[in-house]
Amino acid sequence: MSSHSISVRPFGEHAILIEWPNEVSEAILYDIIDFVESFKLDFQDSQDWELVPAYNSVTLINRSTKIDFSKTRYQLLECYKKRKDSGPPQRYLWRLPVCYDLEFGIDLEEVAATLDCSIKDIIEAHTKHIYTVYGIGFLPGFMYLGGLPKDLETPRKSVPRLMVIKGSVGLAGKQTGIYPQDSPGGWNIIGNCPITIFNANLENPCFVSVGDQIQFYAINRAEYDLHKIETEIGIYNLDKIKIDD
Amino acid sequence: MIKVIHPGFFTTIQDMGRFGYREKGVPVCGCMDNYSASIANSLLDNSEMDAVMEITMTGPKLEFHTSSFFSVTGAEMSPSLNGIPINSYEAHKANEGDILSFGKLINGFRSYLAVKGGFLTEMKLKSRSFYKPITDQNRIKEYMEIPIEGCSEYSPIISHIKPESWHKEYELDVYKGPEYEILTGDQLKLLSTNKFTIAKENNRMAYQLEELIGVQSHSMLTSATLPGTVQLTPNGKLIILMRDGQTTGGYPRVLQLASRSIALLAQKKFGDKISFQLLPH
Repeated sequence: MSSHSISVRPFGEHAILIEWPNEVSEAILYDIIDFVESFKLDFQDSQDWELVPAYNSVTLINRSTKIDFSKTRYQLLECYKKRKDSGPPQRYLWRLPVCYDLEFGIDLEEVAATLDCSIKDIIEAHTKHIYTVYGIGFLPGFMYLGGLPKDLETPRKSVPRLMVIKGSVGLAGKQTGIYPQDSPGGWNIIGNCPITIFNANLENPCFVSVGDQIQFYAINRAEYDLHKIETEIGIYNLDKIKIDD
Repeated sequence: MIKVIHPGFFTTIQDMGRFGYREKGVPVCGCMDNYSASIANSLLDNSEMDAVMEITMTGPKLEFHTSSFFSVTGAEMSPSLNGIPINSYEAHKANEGDILSFGKLINGFRSYLAVKGGFLTEMKLKSRSFYKPITDQNRIKEYMEIPIEGCSEYSPIISHIKPESWHKEYELDVYKGPEYEILTGDQLKLLSTNKFTIAKENNRMAYQLEELIGVQSHSMLTSATLPGTVQLTPNGKLIILMRDGQTTGGYPRVLQLASRSIALLAQKKFGDKISFQLLPH
């Protein structure tokens, strides 16, 4: 296992930013996840901290006290050294259904024209690839997914929509993702996922964690309606597969 | 219970925030000026975690349906009980049927109303702070009934605190942000010498500043942001994230406000001036 050179810096009075080399890589992301796990086990007051991993960084936020930076920095570096002792955290591949009917995929025709391919090609490419969750942010439950194939890269819409409906699956630049709730947005919408990604009534409001993987599969309208009802009444069985490191 | 007769301009229930869900993209939320909110709670011997009402610019009109004790702190909004002016920063008793209303905004922008035992609206993800869609509501509405415990006997330990005039200050204490190093000499000079104007785009998510400080083209990977993070957009606009601000962002984080300065900024409104003072870490 390779060790990265990490930088540990204060971020205001209550937070510390740890950064890995500035690149999008699974190796770096998994190294960060291992560190997060090690921190949770190692830090006595880990309950007082929130950790926000994203791409090549993790930010540690202390709930109440001002951070004694030089002391904490030393502890964090020690923690990084021990990150493999605990064994890697369990990660999952989530298979999420998407209905790509034109009723939902309101930009499919335009994207097909831009990419000079058929709608069928877009759906095939989008469902074939496995995406890694590099971060969750922007909206509660909004996943930053990496690994979009080059032939699906398309510019975001020049004029954002004031309203994109919950579950919309979009493409923008090198990214794909799902809008976890109704929101304004500038992504090209190619389908809709009937599964609730974020549910504030659950103790763990979002089943996906940073470091997990996502794969989409196409469903028809009848299946969409069925899964929608199942998810609303809480009997939808999420399709997940353990990832073995 | 307290009944809302008139909700005011933008009134919400807030506590010290929703801690522990930022890794799922949930903003921390909570009182914009947590300092004034704490004083309101301490006047009633409440826990610091008790939920208060955050009142923005124009106050609501509220009817007590149970007797209780209350206090108002933060911005001075000329509160009155049954039409008779009362002092802010003081514990008061309200009887069943009493009407609490607010008048002219004298200073600041956000007031905090605490009641004995706190407001008991729904707890979602360990907090009562309004934030849609985590909570069903994003602000209080006319005719809404807000649960409170009710209290008829209570002797305040501290009956009043001298209102502070600190929110008339305009200097914000800041630390270097993670991308501070991308700032040019000209930008640094503007940040340290200029006064900046609060833009009309200011709310619980973010405060924008009107003056531009020059373009930047730094490309970075999305990373965490905090309340008080000052972002610099490509066209040179400064955006200061607040309590409901998004948990991650892709704009350079050039400065980070000290905790106390976030509370101070929460008392500023459109057209007010602020300046930055850099502190060493």
